[in-house]
Amino acid sequence: MTAPLQRPNKKNPVCKTRQPTLPPWTRSRVALGMTAAAAEGRFELQRCARCQAVQYPPREACHRCLCIDLPWVEIDGGGKLISQTRLLHSHDLYFRERVPWRLGMVQLDAGPTAVVHLHGDVAAPPARVRVACKLDKAGMAVLVGFPAEEVPNMADDRQLRELTCNPQFRRVFVTDGKTATGQAVVRALAAAGADLIWVGHAEPWKLVPGLAALQALEQVTLVPLDVTDQRSIKEVASQVGAKVDILINTAEYHRAFSISARQGTDIARMEMDVNYLGLLRLAQEFGPVMKARGADGQSSAVAWVNLLSIFALANFPSHGTYSASKAAALSLAQCLRAEMRVAGVRVINVFPGPIDDEWNQLLPPPKLAPTAVANAIIDALRDGIEDVYPGDVAQEWRMRLKDSAKAFERELSVGSGT
Amino acid sequence: MSVTTRAGYQGVAVAVPITVPYVRYSTMSAHWWIARALAALLEAAGVEKAAVDGVCVSGFLLFPDTAVGLMQHLGLSPRWLDHIPMGGNSGVVALRRAARAVQAGDAEFVACLAGDTNHVDSFRHTVASFSQFARDAVYPYGSGGPNASFAFLTDYVMRTTGITREDYGKLCVAQRTNALAFPHALFKKPLSLAEYLAARPIAEPLHLFDCVMPCAGAEAFLVTTEDRARALGLPYARVLGTIERHNAYPEDPIQYRGGWAMDRDDLYAQAGVGPEAMDFVQVYDDYPVITAMQLEDLGFCPKGEVKAFIRSHSFTCDGTLPLNTSGGQLSVGQAGAAGGYLGLVEALRQLTGQTLGTPVPNAQFGLVSGFGMINYDRGLCSGAAVLARGHVQ
Repeated sequence: MTAPLQRPNKKNPVCKTRQPTLPPWTRSRVALGMTAAAAEGRFELQRCARCQAVQYPPREACHRCLCIDLPWVEIDGGGKLISQTRLLHSHDLYFRERVPWRLGMVQLDAGPTAVVHLHGDVAAPPARVRVACKLDKAGMAVLVGFPAEEVPNMADDRQLRELTCNPQFRRVFVTDGKTATGQAVVRALAAAGADLIWVGHAEPWKLVPGLAALQALEQVTLVPLDVTDQRSIKEVASQVGAKVDILINTAEYHRAFSISARQGTDIARMEMDVNYLGLLRLAQEFGPVMKARGADGQSSAVAWVNLLSIFALANFPSHGTYSASKAAALSLAQCLRAEMRVAGVRVINVFPGPIDDEWNQLLPPPKLAPTAVANAIIDALRDGIEDVYPGDVAQEWRMRLKDSAKAFERELSVGSGT
Repeated sequence: MSVTTRAGYQGVAVAVPITVPYVRYSTMSAHWWIARALAALLEAAGVEKAAVDGVCVSGFLLFPDTAVGLMQHLGLSPRWLDHIPMGGNSGVVALRRAARAVQAGDAEFVACLAGDTNHVDSFRHTVASFSQFARDAVYPYGSGGPNASFAFLTDYVMRTTGITREDYGKLCVAQRTNALAFPHALFKKPLSLAEYLAARPIAEPLHLFDCVMPCAGAEAFLVTTEDRARALGLPYARVLGTIERHNAYPEDPIQYRGGWAMDRDDLYAQAGVGPEAMDFVQVYDDYPVITAMQLEDLGFCPKGEVKAFIRSHSFTCDGTLPLNTSGGQLSVGQAGAAGGYLGLVEALRQLTGQTLGTPVPNAQFGLVSGFGMINYDRGLCSGAAVLARGHVQ
């Protein structure tokens, strides 16, 4: 039975902070298909288009009929644990620091046998298991064997916590608490058991509704922060940066303008200054200190969340300059992901459809409630997902883009995309 | 399994068993070790390098070279060359290939060579990049290497057959007893069952003495015609039968049986003798679970009854069914691909009166079995050969 997670003891300042190490990250290109699915929380394997044989490990040709058309399909993770081991020795530094390590061999109902990381509550073989696909510290897909039925404190399993970023007992920095979404995120974090929540707010002399209520939460500390001001970020990072386990960047500047709807570049410049350069400044000031704490005990630095927009993936002309700034932010987030990966800190990108706030007033429903965005972020942290598309609009955009990016561009240009 | 009756190995002689003494770590390369084996083979055969017209090579750490580059490295110009990347099955397969080449006249004097080095970190690199499937679907799971793979199998077999650690321990202890007389064994201290049982866990249910120790070393033997062997005055063994199989029983969810079970009838039919005729057995012994599996799958006892079989034999050179008479890899060490030659070379010593350790009295027939290459969840290559005492001076 997994023991419930306890609040970690204060860090002993005499002890050296352990340097982050990563599990082995080398994969063949074809195996990265699993990572693509796991990034969105799905377990997919190749299934032969001709004979339907499920393949694992990933292959270039069907092991049964040699067909090379092997589409990735979602797999029901049911299976039977047929064998297990507990490693006390490992050739790899990452696992060497973490043994004992439990592994299982699972005969999937879908067919193949898979080696999996084995949750501590799975009974000894033969036992039913549910296999899921998660991203490990190296950002690569791995299979995990869970108990077939939910058990108490399932998320608190020591091995599973290497794959997730549960905010419970963690210290979180939310960069902007003045927006409806920022406030919803803070409330959701408090409900999820975060220990400390620093909440940034620019221009503290301008009061907005809801901020006082946030301040009343015992976990919350308001911190003056302006993401357009490098000095402001540097100051805050020097004070609390070394304690931040999760950073959630909710700061954004959003106006609904196309190119021709407004003269000059002042709005576009502000959008870039907050949405793109703001992320760059935050990454420069908070990134290095978080990377240094990638393996700092139970509550090490684990995640960096970017609130992007589904408009980052394709330009939504009536919010054209905003879309461009979010596309720039997405590109930078990919760079940040590459840099944080070496420390095992996950960069989570959230691509909501239009949020039900004042800047999307003229967009027709469906629109996302700020609490829905916040809950999607908490779920992504808990489940270890790195690309999140909350809401129906975001899901539809994903499907249309996947089907034909060009057709979708034309649909958006004639106003039929949403 | 074969559709047509296979030709025998008439006229083929297997001779000149060579072991280059192993060391735990070496700063030299695989090329160095294989060169030492070839030099020792030529010296023992009493011929010059130019006499070698065929070569079989196995070595994990020859990379980026293959057998081809090694020929220039060693200044050889063979008219027949084979690179056999089959790990623990390399010896049996080299024998099969070389024997057919000699029978067909494609080569007459085939040096079969296997060797590997072991730097302090080379085993880790070998394990990390062993195969595409291992890299994608095994190594990221704890990076336990072969220990983890065989732990799964051992766990499964212990649970489903009731075989115990004491049973596996008996095999390991018997092999150590055999190794104590073998000068090249890296393990020189006696092993008691109590020590075996008390060893620290490595990958449960495997403990320290279940696992082979990586080391550096080389092995070699010669395949030629009986006429040539007699002319050179070389004692030799004859080949009665051989088999090999790759990726046997792919639908089995876990490898509780190996390719030997598919092919053993063919083996003994070709050999004209069965398992009961064997005076000793040299099986591939990277872990005792695989030793026991070979005893079953090669027909020494029915499937699932190896527990009782183990309890009824001593496996020592002076006892019943001598097993891995030089101590096997578990006591001599695992020198990479040379581990796939160790049993064959020891069998040749036993059958040609050239033992370095304890001779099996009046050995006439011996069985050698190979097993290699855990590509993903199982060893893919299996093979076996029945050898007989040939002409001994």
